[in-house]
Amino acid sequence: MGDILVITEHLKGEFQDITFEMLGKAKELAGASGGQCIAVTFGNMNGKVSELGAADSVVSVGGSDDFNPESYAAAVQSVVSEKSPSLVMVGSTSMGMDIANSIATALEMPTVSYCADMSASGGGFSVTSSMYGGKMNVVTDVTGSAVAMVLAGAFNADAGKSAGSPSVEDFAADSGAGKVRFKQLIEPEAADVDITQSEILVAVGRGIGSKDDIELAEELAEVLDADLACSRPLVDAGWMSKAHQVGKSGMKVKPKVYIALGISGAPEHIEGMKSSTTIIAINSDKNAPIFDVAHYGMAEDLFDVVEELVEELED
Amino acid sequence: MKIAVMLKQVPDLVEDLEVDASGISLDTDDIKFKLNEFDDHALEEAILLKESGAADEVVVIAVDGDGVDKMLFTAIAKGADKAVKLNGGKPGDSHQLGKAFSNALGSEGFDMVFTGVQSVDDRDGQLGPIVASYLGAPCVSVVSGVSVSGGTAVVHKEYSGGMMGEFEVDMPAVLGIQAAKQAPRYAPVSKIRQVQETASIEEVPMGDLGSGSGSSVTSMAPPAKGSGAKMLDDVEELIDVLKDKGAI
Repeated sequence: MGDILVITEHLKGEFQDITFEMLGKAKELAGASGGQCIAVTFGNMNGKVSELGAADSVVSVGGSDDFNPESYAAAVQSVVSEKSPSLVMVGSTSMGMDIANSIATALEMPTVSYCADMSASGGGFSVTSSMYGGKMNVVTDVTGSAVAMVLAGAFNADAGKSAGSPSVEDFAADSGAGKVRFKQLIEPEAADVDITQSEILVAVGRGIGSKDDIELAEELAEVLDADLACSRPLVDAGWMSKAHQVGKSGMKVKPKVYIALGISGAPEHIEGMKSSTTIIAINSDKNAPIFDVAHYGMAEDLFDVVEELVEELED
Repeated sequence: MKIAVMLKQVPDLVEDLEVDASGISLDTDDIKFKLNEFDDHALEEAILLKESGAADEVVVIAVDGDGVDKMLFTAIAKGADKAVKLNGGKPGDSHQLGKAFSNALGSEGFDMVFTGVQSVDDRDGQLGPIVASYLGAPCVSVVSGVSVSGGTAVVHKEYSGGMMGEFEVDMPAVLGIQAAKQAPRYAPVSKIRQVQETASIEEVPMGDLGSGSGSSVTSMAPPAKGSGAKMLDDVEELIDVLKDKGAI
């Protein structure tokens, strides 16, 4: 079997966790199949290559330090064409989504999205995708060269964090047609709350039903001296501000106690809160995936539970 | 400027999902389908651009199927100008779906193509970048916020931790929309009914769908319940846990 390419991600000069999560798994898979684990870096990350010790070697495509959907995808496409790896691991992330689909379609390679687990199997790979908001696991067997889009948090970052001095190949890669141009990086607006520092979070999801009912969660947060957080749909609906959002495009939090109210537990949300010390989920749907990551759960109407809880605590 | 919005229905996750007898696909008999929530944002962003004067026409496009007419009429009731339905085939995955859309879009001269950034059923990649690749057009995914000046669009692409990248994109371009500038609007039932009586849906053959994703599903099953959560029976038990964990 051939080599495994890991498409690294960096932001503001730091490799992102997804890079190490993929590297750890790639190293394991390459070990099992006899191939090499090759990390692909962009921009000027050569000073940080020692962090990529889990890789057997590094291919540096250079170019801009700032991500560009078009030029980064073009660069990866030229590396993949040259190296013919058996597997390309790309993050199921904002950056990865632009790269993975573009190269897979252009090179006619099978793509597997939402990859939550993978193993070497009979000359190829068996890939488990977490689909339908985490409600179904779908297994795809791929043989020949394929692209896997790896969910953030699916694999342990520590397994991919080993120092070393992999050899670096400077690769003259394509940079695309220049139809997409990076302008600037925009920092999040200053907010009155930093939920990444909170000890206790009361998080609300779609199950809360309406903007007015968030008040109930606020009451609970007040009696617990907790901060209020939420899942993506509440921000999209304009019910809460972005500073409160937990998950893939929001904040990664790890409070002592995370109380999830009416949150179903889509992979995008779980990615942001799974490191919480204790997770308590209250959701009327007993099959909600949130109960798989929660330590404690109540499959009941959140309004009944929270109303009673607030009353009891206020007494 | 003309914007096409690709719309797709997905299973409503409020429903209990079950695997059918084949063991590799969903049992769709009893489940409800609804518009992919991100597609709803894509439609909203397109309508907002039209209302601001930046776009002249919004065309919604979907593959034929149960409930698709209603979905398209609803989009018109919200502000789309025209609806197109692709028929004559059954796309089996994201790549075939991408072919169906790119076949139709290629001949129509759009300046921008919007769709939802992702959907809960894309097993083999996301529709936006796949269509862009087939059309040879640039693509940016995870976009929240689009403005247009001349032949270029300025888009905000979301990263994690609330960071965003700003990009200038030459048109024609494909954008995978994460969130519109405002929450998607509702169309009153009376308006949808009125549209159903007066508007029409153009039908277009979807053409050659190509060979698909190149991979096949071997099994589908709900995730194995690990140790999972310890289920609590009442609020008293919940209070005990909160005390034990130092939240009270």
